[in-house]
Formats: sequence, structure tokens, C-alpha cells
Amino acid sequence: MAEVKLFRTWSSTFALRIVWALEVKGIEYDMIYEDLSNKSSMLLQYNPVYKKVPVLLHKGKPISESFVILEYIEETWTSKTPSLLPGDPYQRAMARFWAKFGDDKILPLIWEAFIKQGKDQEEALIAAHENLKYLEVELRGKKFLGGETVGFADLTFGWLANLVSVFEEVAGVTLIDHEKFPLLLTWMKNFMDAPKIRETWPPRDKLINKYRALRETLIAKEPK
Amino acid sequence: MANSSCSDVKVLGAWPSPFVMRVRIALNIKSVKYEFLEETIGSKSQLLLQSNPVYKKIPVLIHGGKSISESLIIVQYIDEVWSSGPSILPSDPYDRAIERFWAAYVDDKFFPSMQLINTAQGEEKAAKVEQVTEGLVLLEEAFQKSSKGKAFFGGDRIGFLDIALGPMLGWLRAIDKMGGVKLLDEVKTPGLVQWVESFCADGAVKGVIPDIEKLLEILEKMKGN
Repeated sequence: MAEVKLFRTWSSTFALRIVWALEVKGIEYDMIYEDLSNKSSMLLQYNPVYKKVPVLLHKGKPISESFVILEYIEETWTSKTPSLLPGDPYQRAMARFWAKFGDDKILPLIWEAFIKQGKDQEEALIAAHENLKYLEVELRGKKFLGGETVGFADLTFGWLANLVSVFEEVAGVTLIDHEKFPLLLTWMKNFMDAPKIRETWPPRDKLINKYRALRETLIAKEPK
Repeated sequence: MANSSCSDVKVLGAWPSPFVMRVRIALNIKSVKYEFLEETIGSKSQLLLQSNPVYKKIPVLIHGGKSISESLIIVQYIDEVWSSGPSILPSDPYDRAIERFWAAYVDDKFFPSMQLINTAQGEEKAAKVEQVTEGLVLLEEAFQKSSKGKAFFGGDRIGFLDIALGPMLGWLRAIDKMGGVKLLDEVKTPGLVQWVESFCADGAVKGVIPDIEKLLEILEKMKGN
């Protein structure tokens, strides 16, 4: 039994970040799948503040919040390559900045564009594109945000690689177009196919069903 | 000890912002001299727009011409660059994770719950007070576990989580003094009540968090008095 356990759900994009970090670094771990509609007493005990996945359990000690877990993994298994963060403090700050930017701006705006319709959707898309431009610029001359190998910011943006096409299929709208974001689309493809990462994607048809149902529910709840 | 000249390190900010306070406290801990460029409330300088085009917000640290934004990211940068100074984050990875977790909690949950509490009225105010109190109880627990009987979350010296939370509670104790609420309660959160006084009295913090009277002045203005 591995000394590392990861609490996840089959689809959680945040938990997937941790799967990727552990896989890419070759760290042995056990997966514990949670059903968020029926949370285990273990999850509630290990993450009493948020009661969410992911939770990493290392030698019996729990760590929550994906960014915190990623930094912990990086600092604990120091001999395991690749490093997720560069050595230079300024480059590290930049990696952390882009990762935070992704969760603060890109994720909520793409989500808005996915669950809304009409004018609301248009506005969310415009805002998403405004912000995605920064990412497009950041990718110039790089295969990954981390350079030659995936790094901290690649893992936190990884959800773009599979979920954007799922959202596009379900909502019937182009969220990221080829003309405006060629580097981003190339990055998404590279990340999708990256070693260790490519085996971890949740089944696409299951994701389509999940997000279709979720979108329908949310749209039905919208005030007319 | 920093060899760089004062002009090498600039902080773009405004003194009342708790996020800006974090950065200045961190620089003080490392005895780094810096130029404090104060933004005028209600307008954004060219330098701010250039150095933080993504968020256009303070604080921004400009070091050797390079800009870093987001206060907790800046604090970690300061810790890593001026590594010969007193450490801000603890050395053990698990302790670091705990401090990062609670610092993120302050930003994601606690600080938002504090918003507009001093100008809220009636039922809305009561709801806000309950939320903030719940948060303080959680932070009190975290304090007891982290400090292990010492003065700060970081132990004998102020550290990352002290810096993250300190300016917020520095403001909160002024809100309490305005009357009408008692958020920092000696019964419910005795550790934090003592901690905020120790924090505000610390050498690295004094001068960054003004006296409670000055904070009250600003709060009164916000209330429209």
C-alpha cells in the first residue's frame, strides 16, 4: 500500500492536476474515488474546511487545495524529476502568477461562456478571449509554459486541453478559435498527448453526458 | 542583507491596502530598503498599468526592472530572493503546506466575508458578522495548532501566515473599536486577540499598519461620517 493516497472524483479537473503531478514525477500512490453526493467520513475528516477533492494524504497527513498540494509534492519529492517549478525566483513567481490567473480569470469565464446563452454568452466569450490573449503571448517560443517539459502552470491549465472541446460540443459554440489562438491550440494538443498525461483523461463520452446534463439543469434554473 | 540600492526595489501600492501591507512587512523582515510609490485612490498610474497589465491592481513589486503581482506570490518571491534574511515560510514542506492553505483561505473566503461589514445594516450585517465569526473560529483553531504555544503562527517570529492574516485583522480590530460589533472576542478567539496585538507591535509591522486611530479615521470616512 502506497504511503501516498489521493482523494479524487472521476471527473474533477482539480484532482486531475494532482494525478498529473504524481504520474509525471513517477510517485507511487493509491487513488480513492469519492462520490460528492455522498462524501466519505474520511474526506470530511481530512478536509473539514472545504469538504472537497483533491486531498492528498501523505504518511497520514492531509493536504487540501490543488495549488498547495502541487507545491507540497514539488518540495517533498525533491529527487523526482521533472521539476514543476524552475529554480529562478522570478520564473517561479511567473509560473505561480499564470497558474493563479488561470483559476481567477480563464476558468470562470470559460465556464460562464459554457453555461450561458445569447448575450450573456457573447459577453463571457469576449472577456475570456481578452484574457486568453495573455496566455497566447506567454506561449511564444515555448512548447509548454514550463519550457520543454510540463510545469506548474501547464498542470493548472491542463483542463483546457480536454474540457474545451467537450464544452464546445455540448454548447454548440466555438470557445477557442484557431485563427486567434494558434499557439494555445497547439499547446492544448501537446498537453493532451504528453507522456503520462495522455493515459489519465476521463472518458470523453462520460464527460459529454455529465456536462450536457449540468448545462441543461443550469439553463433551466435561469430566470427568464 | 540586501546589497541592492533603494531604487532597485519599488513597491506600487496604497498604505491602507492590507495586500500592500503584506509586501512591505515582508521586505521589512528581510531589511530590504524600497521605494514606496503610492497610487492615488481612484486613478491608476501609467507605471501600474504597465507593470500589472493583467489585473491593473496593487501591490506590484518592481525589482531590478521586473514586476511581480499578487501579494502572496510577491511575499514568496521576497522570501526566495533574499534567502539570507530571516525565513518567511517554514522549512518543513508540511508546515509550508498548512501555512499556504490558510493564507489561501484568508484570500478566498475570509477576506471576502469581511467586505462592507462596517457599512452593512440590520439583517445583512448580522449575516456578515456570523460569517466572519465562523472564519475567525477556524483561524483560531489553526493558530493554536500552528503556534504551539508561541506568539505567532510562525512560532517565535512572524512568518508567511502571520503576514497573510495580520493586516486583515489589523483592520478588523479597528472595525471592532467603531462599536456595534465585537468580532475579535477574548472568549471565542483568545489566541487571535493576543496575536493581533503582538503582530501589530512587531518591528517589521510597526509603521506599515498605522495606529488604530488612523484606521478609525478612514473607517469613519467610509461610513460617510
